[in-house]
Amino acid sequence: MEILGLFNYWVFVLLLMTGLFAIIHKSNLIKKLIGLSIFQSAVFLFYVTLDKIDEGTAPIIRDTDLVDQIYANPLPQVLILTAIVVGIATTALALAVIVRIKEEYGTIEESEMRELDRYLS
Amino acid sequence: MTLDEAIYNQLPALQVIVPLIAVPLVAMMRARHLAWLACTLTSLLSFGIAVVITTELLAGATWQYAMGAWPAPMGIELRIDSFSALLLLIVTGASTLMLLAARVPIAAQIQSIRQPLFYAVWLLTLGGLIGILVSGDAFNIFVFMEISSLATYVLVAAGRDRRALAAVFTYIVMGTIGATFYLVGVGLIYMMTGTLNLADMGVRLEQVADSRPVMAAAAFITVGLALKAALFPLHIWLPNAYTRAPHIVTAFLAACSTKVAIYVLLRFDFLIFQESIPNHALHFAGLLLPLALAAMIVGSWVAMFEDNLKRLLAYSSIAQVGYILLGAGLISTTGLSAAVLHMFNHALIKGVLFLAVACLGVRLVQLRLSELGGVARHMPWTMSAFAAAGLSLIGVPGTAGFVSKWQLIVAALEVGPWGLVPIIAIVTSSLMAVVYIWRIVETTWFAHASTAVASVREAPSWMLVLVWLGVAANVYFGLQPQLPLTLATGAAELLLESCCD
Amino acid sequence: MTDAIQIGLALGLPLLGAVGIGLARRNPNLRETVTLATAFALALAVWSLVPAVQAGLRPELVIAELLPGVQLAFRVEPLGMLFAGLASLLWIFNSIYSIGYMRGNHEAHQTRFYACFAIALSATMGIAFAGNLLTLFLCYEALTLSTYLLVAHKGDPNAVKAARVYLGILLCTSIGFFLPALIWTWQLTGTLDFVPGGLYGEDIPSLTLGLLFVLFVFGTGKAALMPVHRWLPAAMVAPTPVSALLHAVAVVKSGVFVIIKLVVYVFGADNLPAIGTELVIYVAAFTTIAASIVALQQTNLKRLLAYSTVGQLAFIVLAVCALAPLAAPGAALHLVSHAFGKITLFFAAGAIYTASKKTELSQLAGIGYRMPLTMAAFSIGALSMIGMPPTAGFISKWYVLSGALQADNLVVPVTIMASGLLNAAYFLPILYSAWIRRPDEQDQHGEAPWPILIAITATALMTLAFFVYNRPAHGLEVQLFGS
Repeated sequence: MEILGLFNYWVFVLLLMTGLFAIIHKSNLIKKLIGLSIFQSAVFLFYVTLDKIDEGTAPIIRDTDLVDQIYANPLPQVLILTAIVVGIATTALALAVIVRIKEEYGTIEESEMRELDRYLS
Repeated sequence: MTLDEAIYNQLPALQVIVPLIAVPLVAMMRARHLAWLACTLTSLLSFGIAVVITTELLAGATWQYAMGAWPAPMGIELRIDSFSALLLLIVTGASTLMLLAARVPIAAQIQSIRQPLFYAVWLLTLGGLIGILVSGDAFNIFVFMEISSLATYVLVAAGRDRRALAAVFTYIVMGTIGATFYLVGVGLIYMMTGTLNLADMGVRLEQVADSRPVMAAAAFITVGLALKAALFPLHIWLPNAYTRAPHIVTAFLAACSTKVAIYVLLRFDFLIFQESIPNHALHFAGLLLPLALAAMIVGSWVAMFEDNLKRLLAYSSIAQVGYILLGAGLISTTGLSAAVLHMFNHALIKGVLFLAVACLGVRLVQLRLSELGGVARHMPWTMSAFAAAGLSLIGVPGTAGFVSKWQLIVAALEVGPWGLVPIIAIVTSSLMAVVYIWRIVETTWFAHASTAVASVREAPSWMLVLVWLGVAANVYFGLQPQLPLTLATGAAELLLESCCD
Repeated sequence: MTDAIQIGLALGLPLLGAVGIGLARRNPNLRETVTLATAFALALAVWSLVPAVQAGLRPELVIAELLPGVQLAFRVEPLGMLFAGLASLLWIFNSIYSIGYMRGNHEAHQTRFYACFAIALSATMGIAFAGNLLTLFLCYEALTLSTYLLVAHKGDPNAVKAARVYLGILLCTSIGFFLPALIWTWQLTGTLDFVPGGLYGEDIPSLTLGLLFVLFVFGTGKAALMPVHRWLPAAMVAPTPVSALLHAVAVVKSGVFVIIKLVVYVFGADNLPAIGTELVIYVAAFTTIAASIVALQQTNLKRLLAYSTVGQLAFIVLAVCALAPLAAPGAALHLVSHAFGKITLFFAAGAIYTASKKTELSQLAGIGYRMPLTMAAFSIGALSMIGMPPTAGFISKWYVLSGALQADNLVVPVTIMASGLLNAAYFLPILYSAWIRRPDEQDQHGEAPWPILIAITATALMTLAFFVYNRPAHGLEVQLFGS
């Protein structure tokens, strides 16, 4: 079952597209940001899928005798930990910006902000 | 081993670590003048290191440095060659110049209590950009890219203009999409090769050449980085971000941020995908050339009718990105060296132009052309510097801009009859530059002065000294282009080494 | 070695002068003294190079390496010597004239005026002595930019608009046509040095050469071939000294000079591409006739002179491209004789304006009674334009015509005849109305201030003298063309 075997990848693509759709389509900045988070999470899933090796266990050496034990690849997990941190930082920053926007404009709807700016200038 | 040698051997690591270490120190300072001083000195030190590294690499060597003495590909490698050396010069040089000029314009645009944090974030941006340039590891590049991007968002939003916030939100979204695309691409490559070291990647990808994941990786990485580089039509974040950011931040970003993205783009497309995807050169050129040509025409076209001075220059930057990628799209030593050279020259030109704008910004609030009539009669030194840098942008001989246009046209001529298309585009875009630069010059010198302008004084003399230093550099590198030309040619040869066809 | 210093002086003195003028801005008398001293020193430096060039030497000065194999280099050869000698000599008289004109008309921004003038002269010297195409191009653009402020001198919307046309056409043609042709040449040959006999090899197709020639000729907007001539009438808003020295001598002549240089040193007089040359000949012939016809319809004296210049420039280009043995040296001579004549005419126009504020042809009735000296000089200039003896114009037209008659091409002699007749048709009515018609009793003005009269007399006398004594100029031409 080729298609089912790539299940994780299908989910990855689906999430990626969902996130992108929300970013493009939504006018509310918070919803846009949620879209961005979904978009980033898709990549986390993708990386975690990479490290899976058939029959592999968690990459922790407990019993030194088991020399032919197969482990999952730990590197992508480490990488994605970093990427998650980056993602959190991005989200935090974006939220901070949204808070400031709310203070300055009194709205977080992109269309209304545009109206207000036109009024300003 | 003496102490000198010991330090000397650690230079690549110091290049990236110095600004990063300084970040928390500057952030903890309370006095804004002290923060400025510390920040500027750090930047100056980075520039010094970059100069030392560059002189070492002029002969065309590559400086490899294993972090923690763990050899690549297991350990993390720093790798500096003539391409990265040139970009290091641009980034650290631009940062230093702008910081030296920064005190007055920053005082005008940022609350004094926030200034130490502002300078800390500036150093974070600098450290991130340097990190991208020195690292030889695909994932480290991602991390540094995000460090610099996040810090840049903060810099752009630091001013008092509320429209900066809206601009920065778009910038965050677009920037994150770009970075995430890049991350997906790197993941796909890792899946196929099991390595993140750039040099190793190139070798191992040959074994899995012509496979679909690699093609997908190339697509993700190219598009993601094109977004960061503001290649037309992925440029929509740039004009607003440049327009609304504090003036001195705009000057810094315009000089170097898109260029670093282009640097990574060229690295991947020439060193890594060239051998692993058949006809990659053709695909690359087929994608980039039309977009680059469109960028040159559209960017200059919009600039001709734009009223806001900073937005006008931002659109001009979009056109200039077109020039750079046009050179790269020609896939020849001359073309690539023209592209790399234009990165350097454009940084010089736009840096000076935006610095002159910052000088204007010290004295004026509105930077709309329609309200700047006659301002040059009150600020003759500022506006003459602007005009001089504008001439360099147009490509008048004797300036830096001329040399890169010369190289570009030579590269286009080498292509044969088809080269005529880029030449016509280059010439047309340059003539449009004549129009938009001259519109500014004419308005500021000859138009009837408005009331807002009537009482302005000349900008602070220290800023003028720096602006004119930049103008002098433009003329110097227009008459003596050997240094950037040597580095650019070295970079081009390096990039084309693996490109056999 | 001393020659190199002389070249350096010729280029640097005007720049130093510009700095001096800027420093002396508070004291007009000192400022004008600096200008005059610079002009004399420049002429001395330039003319002291003549013996060496006459002896067949080619003094050189290399400043920097711009691109691999292309230097910022200056090299004096006969044609450049002639041009530089002419421009530096006339600058002396023009400076004297400027003092009278600028003070007489109470012009503003005089310091800027004199400083830009000096910079423009430095650029002109650079064009004259340029050792390769890139250096030439660099100085050519420097001249365009430094004269921009002179054209926009008045600063009113009219002047700014005219200056925009001026800069727009000159920059667009040079960047749009000249620069690509220049780079193409470099790519084809790997060199940009001036080589007697041309630098293109045998293997370059004649179509390419023809295209290059056309690009170069139209890229040289300063030669004002139609349809890129519009900047010259536009530039007439500038103060008259600017029109006189720059837009009758230095700027326009540098355009023609570039074309002669291209013909002799880049393409080679013997292997001009047939197709491109034909085209240029026809365009030049058309421009000569058309500009004269337009001049006939002008009512403003300076605009008439501008169109007359357009016609005369095309005439020189025509003569150069006619490929006849005597025509080319004749063209170079015409470069000199037209300079003497036209600067006199402009001086006269400026003198009339200073003394009486008259600018239109209809106002000139009987002006010969009020300003006899000025109008005598004007008459000499006009006769020289028509080509009548005993003036300089006769000599050069003689050479060009006798050369053209040797060639098979009928276009050239016919054009020369026709343009001579047309010149007569628009200059003689002016002379008639100035000398024969009675003046209006209302205006009681006399001659212009004395510095203007000195300058105008000197150039008029030179126009006459060149008829009798043109040996040095001709000697240089013979060296150049070897005939």
